[in-house]
Amino acid sequence: MSETVNLKKGLDIKLLGVAEQTLSTPDISKYAVKPNDFKVGFAKLYVNEGDEVKAGTPVFYDKYRDHIPHTSPVSGKVVEIIRGPKRVLEEIRIEADNKDEYVDFGKADPNDLSRDEITEKLLKSGIWPALRQRPYSVIAEPGDKPKAIHISAFDTNPLGPDLDFIVHGKGKLFQAGLDVLAKLTDGKVHLNVHATNTTSKVFLNSKKVQINSFSGSHPTGNVGIQVHHVDPINKGDIVWYIHPQDVLTIGHLFTEGKYDATKIVALTGSEVKKPHYYKIKQWASIEPLLTGNLINEHVRVISGNALTGNKIRPDGYLGYYDNQITVIPEGDQYEFFGWAAPGFNKFSVSRTFFSWLQPNKRYRLNTNLHGGERAFVITGLYEKVLPMDILPMQLIKAIMVEDIDLMENLGIYEVDEEDFALCEFVDPSKTPIQSIVRNGLDLMRKEMS
Amino acid sequence: MKALRNYLDKIKPQFEKGGKFEKLHSTFEAFETFLFVPNTTTSQGSHIRDAMDMKRTMIMVVIALIPTLLFGIWNVGYQHFLAIGEDVGFWQMVGYGAIKVLPIVIVSYVTGLAIEFGFAQSRGHEVNEGFLVSGMLIPLILPPDIPLWMVAVATAFAVIIGKEVFGGTGMNILNPALTARAFLFFAYPQDISGDKVWIADKPDTFSGATPLANAALGNTDALPSFSDTFFGFIPGSIGETSTFLVLIGAIILLATGIGSARILLSVFVGGLVMSLIFNLWGANEYMMIQPHMQIAMGGFAFGAVYMATDPVTASQTHRGKYIYGFLVGLLAILFRVFNPAYPEGMMLAILLMNVFAPLIDHYVVEGNIKRRLARLEKAKA
Repeated sequence: MSETVNLKKGLDIKLLGVAEQTLSTPDISKYAVKPNDFKVGFAKLYVNEGDEVKAGTPVFYDKYRDHIPHTSPVSGKVVEIIRGPKRVLEEIRIEADNKDEYVDFGKADPNDLSRDEITEKLLKSGIWPALRQRPYSVIAEPGDKPKAIHISAFDTNPLGPDLDFIVHGKGKLFQAGLDVLAKLTDGKVHLNVHATNTTSKVFLNSKKVQINSFSGSHPTGNVGIQVHHVDPINKGDIVWYIHPQDVLTIGHLFTEGKYDATKIVALTGSEVKKPHYYKIKQWASIEPLLTGNLINEHVRVISGNALTGNKIRPDGYLGYYDNQITVIPEGDQYEFFGWAAPGFNKFSVSRTFFSWLQPNKRYRLNTNLHGGERAFVITGLYEKVLPMDILPMQLIKAIMVEDIDLMENLGIYEVDEEDFALCEFVDPSKTPIQSIVRNGLDLMRKEMS
Repeated sequence: MKALRNYLDKIKPQFEKGGKFEKLHSTFEAFETFLFVPNTTTSQGSHIRDAMDMKRTMIMVVIALIPTLLFGIWNVGYQHFLAIGEDVGFWQMVGYGAIKVLPIVIVSYVTGLAIEFGFAQSRGHEVNEGFLVSGMLIPLILPPDIPLWMVAVATAFAVIIGKEVFGGTGMNILNPALTARAFLFFAYPQDISGDKVWIADKPDTFSGATPLANAALGNTDALPSFSDTFFGFIPGSIGETSTFLVLIGAIILLATGIGSARILLSVFVGGLVMSLIFNLWGANEYMMIQPHMQIAMGGFAFGAVYMATDPVTASQTHRGKYIYGFLVGLLAILFRVFNPAYPEGMMLAILLMNVFAPLIDHYVVEGNIKRRLARLEKAKA
């Protein structure tokens, strides 16, 4: 193992509602494939209402990238297709049957296959979209030659799931997945682990990978931060990344020949009665998880973590790339002289509230914005929570004025909105930084293509 | 609280678009958000947010200023009765000081906030909290005998020309409070310099020269003791005399994480370095003043803690902050010693560096860009 990269900048947001390490397997029949999880150009359907599908049957594709099909996670029947404004495809609802049928993609040993054969297998099964690329954080392009593939083996997000627990006992499957990934790049596959928190043998005994060790607070677990410190992205470079759970899915595809969309997600947050782990499938309805399991009804349900996740309805569906559901209280109440209160229950990176006297306290934070949007005033705060050699405020301003050259010079290729989530969290001016960064990335992608 | 909230909810529609008091929308909003943190929830990006906002930030600075204000009120009375040779009690001094100082504070706030509210309304955005600090800083850096109309004119000049023409809080180039002071200094020099103005209602028989004025004339023998200068029992602008209380303010700003330690420390280092160089040079009496005395005299500490650290007008990059702060401190002492026409160099040093801060940042940013390009070259090679 190489030397530990020790990152001093960052911030751990300690929320109430850590998932207990027990596993339930609920019975879920409702699923909804959500094209918007992928930042697609325009989604088009392969199926119609009433069609029978198996796990692995193509369901939709992106008009602008039609070589990448997206497939159904379960076997069942397409019951409803939901479109939004301008006929944008929002949800393809599938009612699961109990037959559990899979499309057979055939078992194979990745060592016997060429890169093209592997790529085709991943594309056909619909697992390909799990592979994403930097820059831009979009689905990887099969024809590209990435200079490396990165896997982050720990999650430092607020209430982030324990990946050691998730991969426990799945060493063979994980290695099978890694064998596949090793064939996709001429460079290295990097497995980025936490110096002390990662103890699982599944990760530490992996082969055909370079194991890099990190320590520090959030966002150290973000793959973008890790890439920056291991082998930064220069102009023209492409790096792919994938989540460990998806490595298991790939392992499954090659050892069993089927697309098994099962994953383990953590149900977390202060408003959950019994926060713990669930074994469910991609795009499953989370209603059965929440029914009777909430302390309070006036809540925000988030697919993902509280910093970067998406708001969903309590009867909504898990997002494709999410491994966690967070439930926190809504904060739509007024607070009398809230800005002047001593604030023992208020979390802040500054020490302007007395809560800094209790460093290990866990908080029940709500969704209140805590103030109005203002111009940039305070400086030097973003830098405290972004462990990269990047000037965050200057980059954000470059994006706001759409100065392409300056964005490129200041390192936009290396970042993703999730890396800036903490900047957005700490910002006293309440600037919507993540969406600014996303706009910048979209603009760059358009300019460069 | 509930009754107040209900009342606000009841009258709110009248201030919305189409309501009777539509033109007072920004004003209503400012008061409403002052009383209640709004119920706005996050709609995009991070679902949870840090509890700190602009109001909290600015109020922390105001809190850090309060010790100097209170001491200033007392000291105005103390200096006055010392000058007229009367021996009075503590409360009488405070009472006299309050009568002199509070009107200046009120005029500064009323003028500034009225203009801010007007601009917020005409631009259709919320009232910025920046003036909460500027409105307190302006009285503290003025002499106690300043005519109130001058306070109003200077504040108006600072807010309109110094800040709003650039787009408001966050966009200004020069520190607004120092803009106000510089305006007075150049427009009405007789009311903000010389020996007459630093003690309220000073009889002509009493000297009343500030340490800086004495130093500039080479009367280093007439300087008060270091402890008097450090604790602030000297004539001067209302809030700046006590370096001790300014340092307490500095501790509040640093402990809460609002003031930049980088700027603050480097200003003091810059000042000490320049004083030491002058000590070694020793061409005149002024140059021979010990570094710790230089720091304690005049508005050096006050400017360093409350004005050089203004995040909007200072350098924004980490590295830039060190350079900016160091030069502020260095130039302040340099101006002081080399410019007999104007005893206090801190104001001009900060204003000058405000102008150069973007240039410093430019080179720091270029440095970052070059590192990235060098990395690219290396990867290609």
